[in-house]
Amino acid sequence: MDPNSLIFIFLNAALINNFVLALFLGLCPFLGVSAKRETAWNMGLATMFVMLVSSVSAYGINWLLKELDIEFLRLICYIAVIASAVQLVEMTVKKFSPSLFRAQGIFLPLITTNCAILGLALFQTFREYNFLQSLAFSIGAGVGFTIALMLMAGLREKLELAKVPSVSQGAAMSLMLAGLLSLAFMRFAGLGGSHA
Amino acid sequence: MSVLPNQQEQITADTFLRGLWQENPVFVMLLGLCPVLAVTNSTMNAIAMGLATTFVLVASSTLVSLLRKAIPKQVRIATYIIIIATFVTMVDYLIQAISLDLYNALGAFIQLIVANCVILGRAEAYASKQKVGAAVVNAFGMGAGFTIALLCLGTVRELLGAGTILGFQIFSANFEPWVVMILPPGGFFVLGAWLLLFEYLKQRKERKLPNAEGATS
Repeated sequence: MDPNSLIFIFLNAALINNFVLALFLGLCPFLGVSAKRETAWNMGLATMFVMLVSSVSAYGINWLLKELDIEFLRLICYIAVIASAVQLVEMTVKKFSPSLFRAQGIFLPLITTNCAILGLALFQTFREYNFLQSLAFSIGAGVGFTIALMLMAGLREKLELAKVPSVSQGAAMSLMLAGLLSLAFMRFAGLGGSHA
Repeated sequence: MSVLPNQQEQITADTFLRGLWQENPVFVMLLGLCPVLAVTNSTMNAIAMGLATTFVLVASSTLVSLLRKAIPKQVRIATYIIIIATFVTMVDYLIQAISLDLYNALGAFIQLIVANCVILGRAEAYASKQKVGAAVVNAFGMGAGFTIALLCLGTVRELLGAGTILGFQIFSANFEPWVVMILPPGGFFVLGAWLLLFEYLKQRKERKLPNAEGATS
């Protein structure tokens, strides 16, 4: 497959180099809100939306900064845009679904410090994607994040019913599960282009 | 151990040591896991990442603490983020100037220090309420705790995954490296194993405690 084709960029971000399981981005919400499938799904959607908004904005900002020759301000501008996008999502959720707002708790404002989103903006700049490629990349990353979150939530719901030794309850068990998922996702490298 | 809000803390050894053990950002609070897992496939990367994060942590804590009366409450998070991003940009260019190899090995993760929740957490929960001295000492402690955690993972992963530490051969040439350890799954497994160990030690201590009390009375 052509590494610059849109479908490849999408698959690459969603499966081969999955943001959570291969690149270790966005682990805080991955471990924090993956206890129930419903919250995981909503968190995935919120993150996907913020990713899309920040990817488009980052593309515009990068163009502007290049024109003005002040690229050292890139990081500061990106994080400011992401913080505003998160604020937008937070207000929308609070208005339309207060119960969801309570369920997400602290993790909704914490999307700001979700490195998956900043990472997405930085990667698309490093790889010099054009506008359509950036779009495919951000949707792929969002889908990949949601897949990882949903898989993890499904596993953890089942694990609630299992008897595990008391030492391995909590974070340690989640990390081991994430390791196994990551091991499984490594096989997607067979689709081609392991490390872009 | 926790400090009540709006209460000035006296600087004691505990201000520093708390970050190393009781409130270790990685092993106890599970914050900032992304760089912990992503760059610890070799000891050198772990050290560099630890030092860079410590610098940003100390510098931003100092500034936030100095400005704590000037920052309006409504826009404090945005202000903290901008302060942190400024220092990260400095570190980013500094590492690029010192060693290009290291810069390429760490990749985007230097810039991603901005999104490290340990730093924002410290600014919000501690530096914005305390005097400069306490904030700096506490930030150093947290930074040290973070670096130690990175080292714990980095050495184990490099030793098992490549048979070396800091590039020096430790095992004999016959050693078959566990390649999975330096790949992404290894990071999850090693951190999980460390957490298991700490949980085991904690539970053993708790089991011993009532017995010891019973023996003395």
